Amino acid sequence: MDSATKIILPKTNKAWTKAKAKNRVIDIFIYSFILIVSLTCVLPFIHVLSKSISSEAYVIANKIILLPKGITLSAYKKIFADASIIRSFYVSVVVTFLFTILGMIITICAAYPLSRKQLKGRTALTFIFMFTMYFAGGIIPEYLLMNQLGLLDSWSALILPLAFSPYNLLIMKTSLQSSIPDSLIESAYLDGAGQIRILRSIVLPLSKPIIATLSLFYAVGRWNAYQDALFYIKQRTDLRPLQLKLYYLVVAATESFQAAVEGSAQLTNPEVLKASCIMFATIPIICIYPFAQKYFVQGTMIGSVKG
Amino acid sequence: MKSAGWVKDGINTKRTKPLGTNKHGALFYLKRDWQLYLLLLIPLVFALIFKYGSMAGLVIAFKDYKILKGFAGSKWVGFQVFEKVFAMRDFGKSVRNTLLLNGLTLIFGFPMPILLALLLNEIKNKYFKSITQTLLYLPHFLSFVIIGAIAYQIFGQASGIVNNLIEACNGTRIPFLQEDNHWLITYVAISVWQSMGWGTIIYLAAITGVNTELYEAATVDGAGRWAKCINITLPCIKGTIVTLLIMNLGKIMGGSFESVYALMNVATTKFTTTIPVLVYNYGIKSGKFSEATAIGLFQSVVGLILVLAADRFAKKLGEEGLL
Repeated sequence: MDSATKIILPKTNKAWTKAKAKNRVIDIFIYSFILIVSLTCVLPFIHVLSKSISSEAYVIANKIILLPKGITLSAYKKIFADASIIRSFYVSVVVTFLFTILGMIITICAAYPLSRKQLKGRTALTFIFMFTMYFAGGIIPEYLLMNQLGLLDSWSALILPLAFSPYNLLIMKTSLQSSIPDSLIESAYLDGAGQIRILRSIVLPLSKPIIATLSLFYAVGRWNAYQDALFYIKQRTDLRPLQLKLYYLVVAATESFQAAVEGSAQLTNPEVLKASCIMFATIPIICIYPFAQKYFVQGTMIGSVKG
Repeated sequence: MKSAGWVKDGINTKRTKPLGTNKHGALFYLKRDWQLYLLLLIPLVFALIFKYGSMAGLVIAFKDYKILKGFAGSKWVGFQVFEKVFAMRDFGKSVRNTLLLNGLTLIFGFPMPILLALLLNEIKNKYFKSITQTLLYLPHFLSFVIIGAIAYQIFGQASGIVNNLIEACNGTRIPFLQEDNHWLITYVAISVWQSMGWGTIIYLAAITGVNTELYEAATVDGAGRWAKCINITLPCIKGTIVTLLIMNLGKIMGGSFESVYALMNVATTKFTTTIPVLVYNYGIKSGKFSEATAIGLFQSVVGLILVLAADRFAKKLGEEGLL
């Protein structure tokens, strides 16, 4: 390779084309590799999607690879007819919505004061907040706390505990410090504006991108999490978010112990139903994904620059 | 309104004394910046209740906790709970499993994003690049439940598509997720797969930061693509690689409850009992709260020490560190 590409000033036409051909081969290899790897990221979803809209006979006969056969939406009809799944969807939507708003209020209320250099005790306060990123009570103390607060089996159990996120606070604080000039805030301050007014009419309008980013962090994180629901929602099955419901319906009911499928008796074909249930939970994320991706990348970049 | 007077006071004081130059009492700052402190009250309440409030519950690791007696009423037993826990076979197994799963994921998962980023950097077609990147990032956005559920659709023994294809090629069905050793490999593969695309972001950003003059100079010197990649790109992103490696090593004791729990089943328990899974089984499922808390505390403390050590080490190497 070196000998071929070393010739930068082509003495003969032949050497130049040889180098070019070699470049082509490398290109083909790189493009194919990237293509194959990225296909592994999407083909599993296409397979499950095809399964979910295929007719039962083909699925039972293991005939579905990437394209659906005998297209039918009957499995989705069954899902929409299942009150408990729709209820889970509703719980997830409500919880995600309230959690995101609460999370953003908390993050902004913490990040703005901590980004002001004039704040006395700023270092100590920042430490109090950021310490929770590296050390936490852990599963059991958190569970017992929820028990003591009487929050087990409640909406609040899914909304309150995780609303303060030190990671998101760090991103917000870093972003405020770098994107809003101190002089702007100082001059508003000298003009007699209170800090809350400055936050409302100067800082927030200038921070729309980071607010969008962190709202998406909160929303997608909340939508995807199921650990806390698994721990805190025990008796009240009507408070199960979608991910937990999916866990009980599909994951916990793996092939080796299908008898454990909740209400499997009335499901005529668990395989197609499982697939459509997975897609039912996946599609909302896929819908916001093209829009969310850009913001996620930006947020992650800020997060990687330490505050 | 009361607040109006406060604002006026704040302004008057401020006008006579420039911002933060002179020494004042705490009351002065409280008076001047009361709005900032008021804002901080909301997050402070949440952090104190839900983060620090739960830390208070750690005392039961040193107590013989009985739910009826409560935190205060339960008897102090010193390190007895720890002694008991450390002697248990389950505990050693869970530490081994945590290190094994995290270690294997790190060994195979760490180089992948670097490789992908270097290759993506070579791709000149803008549309191809952005489409493949979009596809590569996708698994990161989906919950572990969905990943787990899809994994069973793909790798299931009785009807998973991979096994269907193997059978179609006259092979025998492989218990990817239904036998211990296969489960371990499948778990690591899925973890690597899920995070490889997203991991490229930091490296791609680092590569963007490389001075283009270096490449131009190398081209003049007759360096090929491979030579440029090895001699320019890699050394330039070495700092990022080292920092991330050290950070990831610091998290090797970290818990991965959701990813393990969504993929485990009754047939494979040899490697699935990681520390958080054991804590869940002991504590929430069986009610042995003191033991479970002690195990969790052990993990948190070791984790914290490792993170601090990693930070120290990174700074010693002249990198940025993470704290």
